[in-house]
Amino acid sequence: MAEKLVVIGAGMASGRMLEHLFETAPGRFDVTLFGAEPRGNYNRIMLSPVLAGEKQYRDIVTHNEDWYAAHEVHCRFGRTVTKIDRQAKTVFADGVETPYDRLVIATGSAPFIPPIAGKDLHGVRAFRDLDDVEAMVAVARRPGASAVVIGGGLLGLEAAAALRGRGMEVVVLHLAPHLMERQLDPAAGYLLRRTLESRGITVHCKAQTKAIVGNGRVEAVALEDGTVYPADLVVMAAGIRPETRLATDAGIEVARGIVVDDFMVTSDPDILALGECVEHGQTVYGLVAPLYDMARVAAKTLVGESVPFMPVQTATQLKVTGVSLYSVGDFADAEDREEIVLRDAAAGIYKRVVLKQDRVLGAVLYGDTTDGAWLFDLLKRGVDIGAMRDTLIYGQNHTQGTTADPLAAVANLPAEAEICGCNGVCKSTITSAIAGKGLTTLDDVRAHTKASASCGSCTGLVEKLLMATLGDRYNPSAIQPICGCTELGHDEVRRMIVAQDLKSIPAVMQELGWKTSCGCAKCRPALNYYLVATWPGEYEDDGQSRFINERVHANIQKDGTYSVVPRMFGGLTNAAELRAIADVADKFNIPTVKVTGGQRIDLLGVRKEDLPAVWADLNRAGMMSGAAYAKGLRTVKTCVGSDWCRFGTQDSTGLGVRIEKFMWGSWTPAKLKLAVSGCPRNCAEATCKDIGVICVDSGYEIHFGGAAGLEIRGTEVLCHAASEDETVEIIAALTQLYREQGWYLERIYKWMKRVGTDSIKAQVVQDKDRRRQLYERFVHSQTFAQVDPWEERVNGKDAHEFAAMADVQLMQAAE
Amino acid sequence: MTDWIDIGALADVPSRGARCLTTPLGKIAIFRTADDRVFAIDDRCPHRGGPLSEGIVHGAQVTCPLHNWVFSLETGEAQGADAGAVRTYPLRLHDNRILIDAQTLRARSAA
Repeated sequence: MAEKLVVIGAGMASGRMLEHLFETAPGRFDVTLFGAEPRGNYNRIMLSPVLAGEKQYRDIVTHNEDWYAAHEVHCRFGRTVTKIDRQAKTVFADGVETPYDRLVIATGSAPFIPPIAGKDLHGVRAFRDLDDVEAMVAVARRPGASAVVIGGGLLGLEAAAALRGRGMEVVVLHLAPHLMERQLDPAAGYLLRRTLESRGITVHCKAQTKAIVGNGRVEAVALEDGTVYPADLVVMAAGIRPETRLATDAGIEVARGIVVDDFMVTSDPDILALGECVEHGQTVYGLVAPLYDMARVAAKTLVGESVPFMPVQTATQLKVTGVSLYSVGDFADAEDREEIVLRDAAAGIYKRVVLKQDRVLGAVLYGDTTDGAWLFDLLKRGVDIGAMRDTLIYGQNHTQGTTADPLAAVANLPAEAEICGCNGVCKSTITSAIAGKGLTTLDDVRAHTKASASCGSCTGLVEKLLMATLGDRYNPSAIQPICGCTELGHDEVRRMIVAQDLKSIPAVMQELGWKTSCGCAKCRPALNYYLVATWPGEYEDDGQSRFINERVHANIQKDGTYSVVPRMFGGLTNAAELRAIADVADKFNIPTVKVTGGQRIDLLGVRKEDLPAVWADLNRAGMMSGAAYAKGLRTVKTCVGSDWCRFGTQDSTGLGVRIEKFMWGSWTPAKLKLAVSGCPRNCAEATCKDIGVICVDSGYEIHFGGAAGLEIRGTEVLCHAASEDETVEIIAALTQLYREQGWYLERIYKWMKRVGTDSIKAQVVQDKDRRRQLYERFVHSQTFAQVDPWEERVNGKDAHEFAAMADVQLMQAAE
Repeated sequence: MTDWIDIGALADVPSRGARCLTTPLGKIAIFRTADDRVFAIDDRCPHRGGPLSEGIVHGAQVTCPLHNWVFSLETGEAQGADAGAVRTYPLRLHDNRILIDAQTLRARSAA
């Protein structure tokens, strides 16, 4: 039976440990994972870019539901473990007892909150988790809001830069005389301060915070020297403390952190600990690289192997866009040490290398950090730099007599030079993966080696390694091929289809030199769409090149059943339709009936073999496929308009119905959702649709390029139309241009960004002849597109899709 | 001795497509490639249980419709960076009829 492993804390260290564990001993442990946050594991180091708005939460998730499910981890997120009973070998959370054979404590650290008055006021936040980030972003959205960040270390400065980037007035209060005093010397601290101040951040060093002032909510921060800074938000970034309370209560040995031996075992042999909550060799760790090492060690210990934890030095970089800063090792002054310094005040460059007996002890680089990895390597290997001492500070290129080529610097790094500090990946690991596994992109390298997959600050180095290893074969700005089957991008393929009169998938693959005999699941649906859109009436649709949803005209669900959505033009329905839907739900035992966001009704949980019969009944009541599965026209959402609404300016419902009746059945590069609102109050939410219409007294405002899914974007105004006819013509022309230019799976807002709104407006609005041609091509295409796929299948098309081929049990019985 | 069960005609399975076979072991997906070879594998992706018979068939591979894992129809092994495998079953093509090895089915259902 699997051993019961309970893990307290779903942070980066325990996440990495589980990865190792599942790799080396899959199935050996039955894992229960507790996390105080109501979510799984994510890359905490990247919270700064999320706060800055450069990334979103979903970009930094490291383990998703699928991963936990695949490894059968019992997730207890949002549950705080309150007690460990070592005698009974159980943990308690919310009164529920969970037994363990082995226990791992990975509770991380808690922000250190200085004991000052007002620290509990609303609006005072730490910067530790996603909830903190979301709270900070909410305040930053308020116009004219100001923030005070207490603590000018790594975390505090990243927060300050991010909040400033969001438009807040930002003050940084720092106790020490210069910023980041643990990683920087005063000179580099000064340069950093100058950079931040040039961005409009106020830096106040030697700041003794006296009190946070406010009535329920924070209003200001007062200093001992009498200064008062107004604040709507106070960010506490004054340091972290290991979170050891559970261990202390359980009687496990705790000093500053939970004391562990070289194998991450605590004073209780059945309990391990790792991450920011532990203390090893009188040291507490906060950077991710040693934590990942601990994860590897702990995983080994759990499977009975003894690999000791050997702490190594780690370099520090600041993740503030536009600030290059690198520091490593010990750079304090001392009698037996020497230093070499280079300054270029105008260029904002400062480099300082600290030496002891001709060996590198530490380095601080500001403004130009190219040589960081090289110096770090010299430090780690203890290289005698006597011979190159004179030129050391000018960097590796100069020292080795090569040209000032950053690529050469990377090429010259020794094989064991560390490239990714977070994941401990050295140069040779990356270059051999590139060569051995045929990697060609940054994403490939991330997937196979994890290099640059955590904080991302080594991305430039990894790209240079790709360049140095692949030469001309690496070109990040090159056209992205559709997939591995071809070198050609979407645009070239579309152009060739027209230019060479290619009218079938085999013809495209033959003439354009496809590398595979029959494509793949990426290129075949794309080619099928391009041919459908280019040759209406001539090209015969290839069902086997469509995704299952478009092949069986229903949406596959996670359990393999389907959902069925009949069309309701403009969101209008009637008693007869509703009755038919109700009858179908009863007759076929359909478990869930739900109203969709597109103003229609979804029947969920239909068995595949029942689909044709369900459709037959719906057809009989006059309903057809709503194409809720299609890369094509989905819905036209409407409000009630001038017929009923006292604010309505035009007949928005009627216009929506007219547009949907005209456009249904059309295939587009990606799904296409429309809406028509009867007045600027915009009840149909037209301004976040692919194409939207806002009715106004003088006519119709046509919008496009909105999104309200993975990305949220308001539309841009395309033009104003005076009549319904003109509106319909413009929308059809716009759709046709998108059908002709869009890349498969590219939504309108992405297409618009790629080709530019001006070029679209020129063709659809300004050039009336061009608009007419586009409109006519759309109309022509529609003459072949408006066939109800449900009706076709009710009449027997593709019957093989809906029935099993044979039943072996019956056949055996017959024998 | 092997005994082969006739499960249908080659023409019953669409080219570059699949059909399902109901068996005591659950659903088995019967694939037909563009060059008219036939393969049988479990109709269940080891990742999240996706019905592989509903995926897109390319070469002697199929892409799962749920999360795009790709499997070799010949070996059942997941391709690319994903790790996993589905069971394969011996098939034979005789006079354009598809035959499956009943012994393997029985052996596996007994196991």
